Amino acid sequence: MSVASGPLARLRASAFWPMLRKEFVQMRRDRLTLGMMVVLPALQLALFGYAIRTEVRHLPTVVLDESRTQQSRALVEALAESGTFDVTRAAASRADVAAAIGAGEARAAIVVPPDYARALKRGRPARVQVLVDAAEPSGSSAAIAAAAQVGAAHGAELAAERAGRPAAWTLDVRVRPWYNPGLRSAVYIAPGLVGVLLSLTMLLIMSMAIVRERERGTLEQLIVTPIGKGSLMLGKVAPFVVVGYVQMSVVLLLGRLLFGVPARGSLPLLYALTFGFILANLGLGLLVSTLARTQAQAMQVGFFFLLPNILLSGFMFPREAMPAAARWVGLALPLTYYLRVLRGVLLRGVGLASLWREAVVLLVFAVAILAVSVRRFSKTLD
Amino acid sequence: MTGAAVETRGLRRAFGALVAVAGLDLTVRRGEVFGLLGPNGSGKTTTIRMLCGLLAPSAGTATVVGHDVVREPEAVKRAIGYMSQKFGLYDDLTVAENLDFYASVYGLRGAARAARVAELLDGLGLAARAGQLAGTLSGGWKQRLALACATAHRPRLLFLDEPTAGVDPAARRRFWAAIRALAAEGTTVLVTTHYMDEAARCDRLAFMARGALIAVGTSAEITAQFGLPTVEDVFVHLQETEAVGA
Repeated sequence: MSVASGPLARLRASAFWPMLRKEFVQMRRDRLTLGMMVVLPALQLALFGYAIRTEVRHLPTVVLDESRTQQSRALVEALAESGTFDVTRAAASRADVAAAIGAGEARAAIVVPPDYARALKRGRPARVQVLVDAAEPSGSSAAIAAAAQVGAAHGAELAAERAGRPAAWTLDVRVRPWYNPGLRSAVYIAPGLVGVLLSLTMLLIMSMAIVRERERGTLEQLIVTPIGKGSLMLGKVAPFVVVGYVQMSVVLLLGRLLFGVPARGSLPLLYALTFGFILANLGLGLLVSTLARTQAQAMQVGFFFLLPNILLSGFMFPREAMPAAARWVGLALPLTYYLRVLRGVLLRGVGLASLWREAVVLLVFAVAILAVSVRRFSKTLD
Repeated sequence: MTGAAVETRGLRRAFGALVAVAGLDLTVRRGEVFGLLGPNGSGKTTTIRMLCGLLAPSAGTATVVGHDVVREPEAVKRAIGYMSQKFGLYDDLTVAENLDFYASVYGLRGAARAARVAELLDGLGLAARAGQLAGTLSGGWKQRLALACATAHRPRLLFLDEPTAGVDPAARRRFWAAIRALAAEGTTVLVTTHYMDEAARCDRLAFMARGALIAVGTSAEITAQFGLPTVEDVFVHLQETEAVGA
């Protein structure tokens, strides 16, 4: 002991190392944690990737073709080929269209006026109505966007056929999706899923690990030893950092294989910036463990955190569309910043020059949360 | 190295309205095996937990091997070993891994640790089970492993909270042989128990009831004080008056 006086010698003699070794040995024997590392990310990815689709396809659609020309049939076909509209039947009249949408039989209707073909021939604006049931907003906006796109594309084709004669087309393109041309939500969601998954499992796994030690009485035995709070807590944190990185790699790999999620930027950069995010969430788990008395309580708090993470971080809904109060709450979530990192690196391929602010915020979160939870943790049973 | 191993003055602990320990004045001398007796709920465990630094006293002072439990909890923790009622080791670690972990948490490193772990495994007859997961041990073996972990750093004072609850008589006898061996090496032992044959193995006894100390002394002194033939009679007598008083 007398030799161990320098900082390096003190570090070597720290109870952090035995704690770390013990945690790894236990983890190797714990199938639940191993399962959580691989199975949970795979399940979540399948769930969000396949089941939850923010893009809307196959809307049941009725068609009222009052033009009954080759041109009008071509337009309807083009709309149907977009995949957004599934033509179920032809409508007999405007009243029939209204009834079909009103009764929920159709979610959209395409109405081609009688003078459609004539207008095209004379180079006059040809008006086509696409009626959409807006009761479900995401479906309707997707339908509107699709209609506009198809209209423009079809219009351009027709214009090309009549080359040389300028025409004023009423349908103009309003949506021009970058980075994800098919507007496929799996590509958009899978990177975000890395963040949602990490924030949930890191918090849960960490808080439950400590609360479990308390429930089993092993914490009592541990805190009557001279082990330092820092060694105890960091020894428990460090193995879960590895768990976090494994989870992240599983999601990225499966996302790539199943949904073709790209990695346009630097993966080493992404892994480096992930460190602060993982630490911040493990710190939150430690904080929860100082509040929860049982594993069930820890679990409840974990899921309590999950909801704002999904709703307010920008994972499912764009933050720009949120009221100010919701945006402010979102700013307090580490996930909000980490999502920008994920999408920035994976989808946009940007580097540290664009993401340094997020990196700093994540590190500040991590240090502050860890400091508070180590302070709050008490080596007593009170 | 003079002075008592444990010295409390007016030590008190309340949990909300419930007073678990009500102003305890207790002295445990160095080197003795001191038995703390009393019915369930009399405050024995709360007392031990305060002495180990696991619970903060509500009032009063306690000094353990010369260190104040509130001001110098880490110095206290370096000097003591503790075995709780409930098995507090890791079920998913082997006997040797548990022992090695505690030896290193108590600061033993390298060859010194390996030697100490081997010594404890041999001394308590655990060597043959070194590779067995602690969770698969029977009660008697668990308790021996817990004793080994609690004494890995050769503590000067050992707290044992009902160490032999639920253990068969043969295992209890072996356990007490180990306790007496530690005492012979100069370790002070403070033990709580319900078993009267174990009380008889202590150098001195203290009876607690409703958070207060009722009697302190050798078993002969205590039976004389109550005018009853055996320590067990005193125990039953106290439990009955406790039931009436409650």
